[in-house]
Amino acid sequence: MGLAIGVENLNAWYGPTHTLKDVNLQIPANHATALIGPSGCGKSTFVRCLNRMHETNPTARVEGTVMMGDTDIYKDASPVEIRRRVGMVFQRPNPFPTMSIYDNVVSGLKLNGFRKKAVMDEVVERSLKQAALWDEVKDDLRKKSGASLSGGQQQRLCIARALAVDPEVLLMDEPASALDPVSTSKIEDLIFQLKNQYTIVIVTHNMQQAARVAENTGFFLMGKLVEFDKTHKIFTNPSDKRTEDYITGRFG
Amino acid sequence: MAELQMSPEISAEIRRASRANQATRTGTDHVMTALAVGGTIIVLVPLVAILVYLVYKGASSLNWAFFTQTPKPVGEQGGGMANSILGSAIVLSLASLIGIPVGIAGGVYLAEYGAGTWLGNVIRFVADVLNGVPSIVMGIAGYALVVVHQRHFSAFAGGITLAIMMVPTVTRTTEEMLLTVPNSIREAAYGLGVPRWRTVMSISLRTAAPGIITGCMLAFARVAGETAPLLFTAFGSQFYSKSLNQPIAALPLQIFSYALSPYDEWHRLAWAGALVLITMIMVSVGLVRYVTSRGQLKGGS
Repeated sequence: MGLAIGVENLNAWYGPTHTLKDVNLQIPANHATALIGPSGCGKSTFVRCLNRMHETNPTARVEGTVMMGDTDIYKDASPVEIRRRVGMVFQRPNPFPTMSIYDNVVSGLKLNGFRKKAVMDEVVERSLKQAALWDEVKDDLRKKSGASLSGGQQQRLCIARALAVDPEVLLMDEPASALDPVSTSKIEDLIFQLKNQYTIVIVTHNMQQAARVAENTGFFLMGKLVEFDKTHKIFTNPSDKRTEDYITGRFG
Repeated sequence: MAELQMSPEISAEIRRASRANQATRTGTDHVMTALAVGGTIIVLVPLVAILVYLVYKGASSLNWAFFTQTPKPVGEQGGGMANSILGSAIVLSLASLIGIPVGIAGGVYLAEYGAGTWLGNVIRFVADVLNGVPSIVMGIAGYALVVVHQRHFSAFAGGITLAIMMVPTVTRTTEEMLLTVPNSIREAAYGLGVPRWRTVMSISLRTAAPGIITGCMLAFARVAGETAPLLFTAFGSQFYSKSLNQPIAALPLQIFSYALSPYDEWHRLAWAGALVLITMIMVSVGLVRYVTSRGQLKGGS
């Protein structure tokens, strides 16, 4: 089951660049939340702060509070613990090239010391089915490398890999931007199926995508969260002039 | 938008030029191909010539005794290099066991932890300098560092000296290969909650493994034929050695002393030894390549 995320006064820097400014946001559990905004507005940085991935960059710095359920992720837990509970899917598919499809899916378990084979077999099947990839790869699980799949399949493999560790939150940083329309719609269907069980935060450049999959949408501009509301409201009747300009295509 | 279009004159000019150059381009293409093929032949000819000459000179002296007997005293016929072959195997195993782990660890530090740090830069510089140090100097260093303290020559001293020679090559190739691993792969592991050390061991190193293995093989092949460093450390021996603390025979040393001798019989044995040495290097490199390429997945890197 997913967890709600509460963000208070979140600020983030890359070196001297202040990329996130005073972000306050409540993300409800077991729903999909979309983040939109022009390139460089800080939405990727924002999701990277939700699993403490931001700090893997040596020049990066974060201030503020992020509550995941009852856990203050910057005070009560290590980055490794948090990342086990928060799955992440990246913009470009990044399966492990040396691993088979099977090993890619259970990599999160194996690399954290999990060894029970029967459980892993079950996890592989369930995760690949959740990611709508099972039928396409079930005969090549151990024979083929994760890197031998097509781009869309690789991205679904990465989603299966993220789901295999049974996360409570799933972060998706433009998961479909490098994919063709068919793969994109598969991934959108997937998000639709998964959002009842996980809290999903999806960054996207595609406003139709946000409208299709997410209940709530946040609009970022120049490091600030300009508006956060029901998706329907954001796209039909935004309260902020800047949001309206963006979604009507007047800038960005 | 008219001013953004290319004028018909310029357009025609460009088309004319590209047609006119067609012949020149085809010609240049042929010349460059010929140069590349020629270069390859120039590289391959001496290599093949050496191999053929070694077989021609050495094969006739290869027999069962060569692989089973120790050297005979001057004047006696026969004898072999069994102790040298074994000695080389021991010294090289020792060198690889020390040199490869240390070298890989150094490369991991340079690529994953010490990038851009003061210490990292110093290590990289030292490794590059060490790579260029003449092998005879390494021999003297081994003598001063190990032999002088032990007060006698030993297989151990030889192994350590060769290990030190392997480290810079292994370190630098490991670093280069780790830097070719895309950061997105590391992030994928971090995103799954995999700790950094585990990411380095199971993801970065594993992805870079083919290149790192090549580097190790290069370092191995380089030290396998070294003579000078062993003169001051392993020293050589006419018998099977019973302990790592004793002087030990090695093929390059035996070849060296036989080739300098005035006896035809020993010259023939030296040729045979050279053939065996080069075969040993080729077989071990080939074997490692074969073993490590097995079980690779379809469509992997």
